[in-house]
Amino acid sequence: MTTKDWPLWEVFVRARRGLSHVHSGSLHAPDAEMALRNARDLYTRRGEGVSIWVVKASDIAASTPDERDPFFDPAADKIYRHPTFYEVPEGVEHL
Amino acid sequence: MAGKCHTAGTVGLVYGNDFGTDQAADQQAPAPDGQAFAALLADEGRVEPRDDMPEAYRKSLVRQIAQHAHSEIIGMQPEGNWISRAPSLRRKAILMAKVQDEAGHGLYLYAAAETLGVDRADLVDQLHTGRQKYSSIFNYPTLTWADVGAIGWLVDGAAITNQVPLCRCSYGPYARAMVRVCKEESFHQRQGFEILYTLSHGTPEQRAMAQDAVNRYWWPSLMMFGPPDDDSPNSSQSMAWGIKRFSNDELRQRFVDMTVPQSEALGLTLPDPDLRWNEERGHYDYGTIDFTELFEVIKGNGPCNAERMAHKRGAYDAGAWVREAADAYAEKQARRAATAESVA
Repeated sequence: MTTKDWPLWEVFVRARRGLSHVHSGSLHAPDAEMALRNARDLYTRRGEGVSIWVVKASDIAASTPDERDPFFDPAADKIYRHPTFYEVPEGVEHL
Repeated sequence: MAGKCHTAGTVGLVYGNDFGTDQAADQQAPAPDGQAFAALLADEGRVEPRDDMPEAYRKSLVRQIAQHAHSEIIGMQPEGNWISRAPSLRRKAILMAKVQDEAGHGLYLYAAAETLGVDRADLVDQLHTGRQKYSSIFNYPTLTWADVGAIGWLVDGAAITNQVPLCRCSYGPYARAMVRVCKEESFHQRQGFEILYTLSHGTPEQRAMAQDAVNRYWWPSLMMFGPPDDDSPNSSQSMAWGIKRFSNDELRQRFVDMTVPQSEALGLTLPDPDLRWNEERGHYDYGTIDFTELFEVIKGNGPCNAERMAHKRGAYDAGAWVREAADAYAEKQARRAATAESVA
């Protein structure tokens, strides 16, 4: 029979300097050190990264999909936050 | 719902398998109605972990992704069989990289399945106890070095044809895993083609070996697309859900049309006397596939079913000490860190 599985870790990879770390996927590992090594072998076999973050999936707090509408609604009616909301007279440039 | 009121939102975890006690509200939520899910599919086309989804959709995905993951893992065996006997260091290094990729593909897919609220350990257990299946193609033996070429060219070629449309599948984590898999598979197919090209331009014996491998792998590769459309009960539901984008027969035809010109470049023949270009259809016609063979292999009566499973279980058991050592090391490190903290 299969024994208990190791905790799940989420892997974030920086593809190259100047870019932020992006979620690549997840993996199981007994500790952070092994998670980093496994992440290197699993997600950067073709030089896809110059830096890796791993974080336990259970340590990530996430908004819930059910509440997406009420949670993000406050932004929906504030169209004045976008530059296209404003009227600019004909001929005015660099604005 | 008061649209403009500000909601603090409930703090949750990222995946279905992380539902803990603080997720009681989710568990009490009414079962998703089919219309809301259909609207989500129509609207955004993508479903993400923890979205409300019909139980049948979730189950169908778990079954398909797990079977796909198991196939990648079992698929390491036929080719792994030739690593120690590869004809040159170059071929050996390439084959090791390819087999390592297959392990990686299995892991991407197990991770995708886990976002649906199942545990990898359970899926592996279901494979080991025969409750979940893997692709029948891996129950054929690799008798010669040319078989490694035929697997890369035909088996991986068929797999790519199946997998490219899955990159647009409705379930986000599965689609993203497939994007990664497809990028890596194209090297697999080319290396197989190169092996066969080298053999088919070598000595008469090498050429015969290449032809023999193609003769044995051609029909099983066509069967990888599954039963004909008239005989494929789950297909239409899968297509309605946006998991499957093309029918078995459409994908099989696409594979045949792609492969015939490549076989001509190799100078090898495909073992089908009925294979010919149909000007009217704009496709190649091909002969009748003997699906009784496929069903026999699925039932467990293929040439290598028992061997593959015995090897898989054996490898898992033989690796137990590595897992135990890693656990012990992690525990020791955690204990030391705790001691250091309490001292400080």
